[in-house]
Amino acid sequence: MTSAQHLLADEVSVSYGRQVVLDGVTLRIGRGETVGLRGPSGCGKSTLVRVLALLHRPDRGRVSIDGTAVDAVRYAVPVALRTRVAALFQSPRAAADPRLSLTDLIAEPLRATRTPESAVRERVAELADLVGLTADLRSRRPHAVSDGQLQRACLARALVHRPDYLLCDEATAMLDASTQAHVAAVIRDYQRTQRAGVLVITHDQTLLDRWTDRIVDLAATARARA
Amino acid sequence: MADLAARPPLLRVARSRLRLRPGRAGAVVAGLILLVAIVGSLLAPLLWPLDQSAVALDQTRMAPSWTHLAGTDDLGRDVAHRTVYGLRVSLLVGAVAALVATVLGGVVGGIAGTLGGRVDRILMRIVDTIAAMPHLLLGIFIVAMLRPSLGAVIASVGLTHWLSTARIVRSELLSLRTRPFIDAAISGGAGRFRVLTRHLLPHVLPRLALATTLMIPHAVWHETALSFLGLGLPPHLASLGNMINDGQGSLLTGAWWASLAPGAVIVVVTLAIAVLAARWRDRLDPRVRAELHL
Repeated sequence: MTSAQHLLADEVSVSYGRQVVLDGVTLRIGRGETVGLRGPSGCGKSTLVRVLALLHRPDRGRVSIDGTAVDAVRYAVPVALRTRVAALFQSPRAAADPRLSLTDLIAEPLRATRTPESAVRERVAELADLVGLTADLRSRRPHAVSDGQLQRACLARALVHRPDYLLCDEATAMLDASTQAHVAAVIRDYQRTQRAGVLVITHDQTLLDRWTDRIVDLAATARARA
Repeated sequence: MADLAARPPLLRVARSRLRLRPGRAGAVVAGLILLVAIVGSLLAPLLWPLDQSAVALDQTRMAPSWTHLAGTDDLGRDVAHRTVYGLRVSLLVGAVAALVATVLGGVVGGIAGTLGGRVDRILMRIVDTIAAMPHLLLGIFIVAMLRPSLGAVIASVGLTHWLSTARIVRSELLSLRTRPFIDAAISGGAGRFRVLTRHLLPHVLPRLALATTLMIPHAVWHETALSFLGLGLPPHLASLGNMINDGQGSLLTGAWWASLAPGAVIVVVTLAIAVLAARWRDRLDPRVRAELHL
């Protein structure tokens, strides 16, 4: 494989103290495909997302992006590599800095990578339109918007660097039906136009069936645990 | 609505201008008291100069009157006049000592909270060790080493009161570090410095400022306690603690007023600071209501 086009967790194991959370899990997300991930609560789905997002170092195994093995985590990952994988979390409240307006929230990754301010404004406006944030919402801070509106902003932030891979950890679980459908549609469009790889974690079986190309059961992929 | 309309318009205007809701009245009064205390102690040397070492032995222990509003002490010095200067010293010591404690606590807590791991464990054990000693005794020890002076009192209070600040800053940083919005910032490409300055410090600084404010009354009390024990400022310098201490002897001879004015001022001013700080805390963190409401 000269130019593998996938985000790969290879034989990843993670334990917190004596609690084994992931034991030799392998998961491959190809460019342009949407993979569903399910499994009972506490089986390590969120930990796997943190490992794939290069936020948590696995005890064993490694993550690779398009064939390049990444041994670092968090700040140690080169920015160009870090921004290729974006994650969308279940709780937009926890994932949004309460001090920033929605505009600043979306703009933050661009400013962190020293994008010229005019380009920042343009891109933020484009994304805010895409996720359906009206102009009066954009200047508000997280406490003054609903979960659904905040999750739309978090989605816009996740897409701001045009990541090749998007990991959605129960990203639609807290949303009402119409927001859920809209967020899913935006992600699907993004996946098609950018040929991005998308991982969807949800307990909602119908959503999994309608949205994803294939479904992986985490309990089944893990090696038999004692 | 009806009774609102029936109110005289002037009162309604005043209420809406000042937004004087019941809970706010206490804060407004506290703010005014503090304003008078600060402006008064700043301008005192210009408006009402005092010769600290002057005595008037023909006017000792005079009861409060129009010439001596709060009476005179053992040495015939005007209690009201010296109270103004005592407050000046107390506020200065309180503010500077609180600042020293905040900077020291902020730095130690900041290092422990951002680096974590072994550094955190070592620093926190040092904090625990110091916290295990009675801090007034530790303060007395520091003053004893430095000889009584303004600087010694400030050092004594500042060096013994940074522990809680260090703990606040550390725990705040540790809990912030694991919040998903920090993960999101890292994923978005933010470096350590940006996360620290843009996401961590802005959350910690208001709390730090609040901790400083809450410490001012405490530091004022400490200065008073040290002076009362005879370990604070040189005895001829007016400080609230010195004056209360001097007044002790007069109390036995029936001159109750010598300690009254400095005692009342210290209670009122520190209470005013505490009331304002409590309101500020409520704004910062509406989930935890402060105990103090006037």
